[in-house]
Amino acid sequence: MALNIDLDLCTGCGACVAVCPFCALTQRASDGKVEVNEACTACGACVEVCPVGALSLAAAPAAPAAAAPGAFRGLWVVAEQRRGRLQEVAFELLGKGRELADQLGVRLGAVLLGYGVGDCVAPLFEHGADRVYVVDHPALEAYTSEPYAEAMSELIRRHKPEIVLAGATSIGRGFIARVAIQVNTGLTADCTELAVDPETRQLLQTRPAFGGNILATILCPNHRPQMATVRPKVFARPAPEAGRTGERLDETVELKAPVVRVLETVNAMQNEVNVAGAEFIVTGGRGLGGAENFKLLAELADALGGAAVGASRAAVDAGWISSFHQVGQTGKTVRPKIYIACGVSGQIQHLVGMSSSDTIIAINKDPEAPIFAVADIGIVGGLFEVVPELIKALRQ
Amino acid sequence: MHIVVCVKQVPNTTQVRIHPETNTLVRDGVESVMNPFDENALEMALQLKEKHPGTKVTALTMGPAQAAAVLKEAVGRGADEVMLLCDKAFAGSDTWATSYALSRAIGTLEPKPDLVLFGKQAIDGDTAQVGPGVADWLGLPCITYAFGIEVAGGQAVVQRAFEDGYERLEVALPCALTVLKEANVPRMASLRGKMAAKKLEIAPVTAEQIGADPSRIGLTASPTRVVKIFSPPPKTGGVKWQGEEPAAMARKLVEALRERQVI
Ligand SMILES: Cc1cc2nc3c(=O)[nH]c(=O)nc-3n(C[C@H](O)[C@H](O)[C@H](O)COP(=O)(O)OP(=O)(O)OC[C@H]3O[C@@H](n4cnc5c(N)ncnc54)[C@H](O)[C@@H]3O)c2cc1C
Ligand SMILES: Nc1ncnc2c1ncn2[C@@H]1O[C@H](COP(=O)(O)O)[C@@H](O)[C@H]1O
Repeated sequence: MALNIDLDLCTGCGACVAVCPFCALTQRASDGKVEVNEACTACGACVEVCPVGALSLAAAPAAPAAAAPGAFRGLWVVAEQRRGRLQEVAFELLGKGRELADQLGVRLGAVLLGYGVGDCVAPLFEHGADRVYVVDHPALEAYTSEPYAEAMSELIRRHKPEIVLAGATSIGRGFIARVAIQVNTGLTADCTELAVDPETRQLLQTRPAFGGNILATILCPNHRPQMATVRPKVFARPAPEAGRTGERLDETVELKAPVVRVLETVNAMQNEVNVAGAEFIVTGGRGLGGAENFKLLAELADALGGAAVGASRAAVDAGWISSFHQVGQTGKTVRPKIYIACGVSGQIQHLVGMSSSDTIIAINKDPEAPIFAVADIGIVGGLFEVVPELIKALRQ
Repeated sequence: MHIVVCVKQVPNTTQVRIHPETNTLVRDGVESVMNPFDENALEMALQLKEKHPGTKVTALTMGPAQAAAVLKEAVGRGADEVMLLCDKAFAGSDTWATSYALSRAIGTLEPKPDLVLFGKQAIDGDTAQVGPGVADWLGLPCITYAFGIEVAGGQAVVQRAFEDGYERLEVALPCALTVLKEANVPRMASLRGKMAAKKLEIAPVTAEQIGADPSRIGLTASPTRVVKIFSPPPKTGGVKWQGEEPAAMARKLVEALRERQVI
């Protein structure tokens, strides 16, 4: 155990029990003194609150290094493509990756996995990549996690980057977790902030936990590469530099045929604007009261010149709209120019998905609703009164 | 068929609040529950069991002694067997070390599982990494974000969601899936199940019993380290209009947006 409890000092006040994010501390029935269980991650949250200094962290012996960290150089991002189209998150990662690579004084690499995806190379250079590693292989035509992980792991072993970033998308999250096992390193999910310490060359990975109630900064001190996933829309897409080029490396990797076969692909959002990536979003919550009232929001979306319609989880759970529209912790993260929340209370799980929108507007009849704390403009009022007036005003 | 479902006990994060003055986590009175997505994974297993008589469902968890509660819940709903991995040596495991430990535990189960199910993610850590990680240790294919499955003749046809649609995939068993809440509506424990759960004595299984390599478990083996935990900076709102006519507020809003040149 890395957490030490000095039972002579412990007064049984319980201050630490209340702050432990992991429910790892309990008070003994006999005398109220504190015990630690297996859920402890040695995060130290309890140490700070103990009024009598009974808690301390013993330096845990370092995990055996997979390889000397110094042998690894360079920062890579996974250039996610689907059906030959680069995904937005690839550009967002290049933007942040460029900044971090410059601080470390290393080259920025983009890894492009797929089949017949040559057209994707040039935009990667234009958005900041110095090198593009391409694995063009029939086994990578449709995404399945096994060959994607195999190819990525092989490139990592071959070129030894010190940092690898991937999108926290259904694809990125799916295969990069396997890569972490295959190359024997740590992986931090869904980071919202990344920084590097140029001296130690460590990646400071900050991410929300417990439904966004707390943030944790995580390091991967002794294993390389340091790997993290980042949700779409967390970082801004950089402006492209037309004509910028770099070095293209075509990598030959032996891959087994995919064990998972794609029978059919269905795009469920054919006629709708996808909230992920939309510039304008109007979102309906439980306050909308029923599926039919999403028509009102569709009208508002139309009046805005083609906005996407989003939904809170409450609206999705009620069956008023499909889960593809859900914004939030278990839905999508969005970063539109305008986000209009109608009848959404603004619970933390919703806020983590939309609070970095440029302009947030909230319409809610409850003046105390937490959504007003993040709204740039809050309108206290019934949505069935305000929204029709808003549609009128927009159309004038 | 033998189906293993990995279930985790988590604090109900919707009840967690930040103390406005001390800016620390208030967890008083927050109950521990079965991770919601794991309920869907368990339900998927139980529905397969109903369709395919002779199927055995094993619920597996790694955690402190009180995590036995989620195994009892699983038995209440219809799981046949349980395993509680509980050993101080596992403490502080990150997803890498957790994946290893769970894979070792699954390796000791008889007969060899045909399906290993996980929730899409655990709501305390939200990493979604343990499922694919375990699959990798076990050398199994893994389909993430699954919401439907049919099994016939040693093959599974699985529906998996993407951001904007879904796919139907075919894979030979054994394989691993991570399951979405869209998959089903989890059942409640039955009365008979509750009785069985009550009687159940769950003996903790140690790291040694699953033959776990001590250098691959717990905090020391975990590549990642939490170095700081803090509360998000308090949000500051903008203007709030109230008590005016809806039409007046709507006009003001449109003006404000035009002024900011966003429309
Ligand atoms: C693990 C986990 C993950 C979650 N993930 C998500 C997620 O991804 N996304 C998400 O949204 N939620 C998520 N939630 C759920 C979240 O905690 C809230 O329950 C949910 O966001 C509430 O939705 P709501 O605001 O629509 O409903 P409510 O909280 O019920 O709010 C409805 C609001 O509408 C207002 N209202 C009612 N009538 C009117 C009217 N006529 N005019 C104007 N206003 C009106 C009310 O004042 C109220 O503020 C998650 C929860 C958990 C536990
Ligand atoms: N300690 C654990 N015991 C059993 N299953 C777990 C444990 N941790 C994670 N899992 C499983 O892995 C899934 C993903 O968890 P996570 O990667 O932590 O988001 C969960 O939904 C569970 O099915």
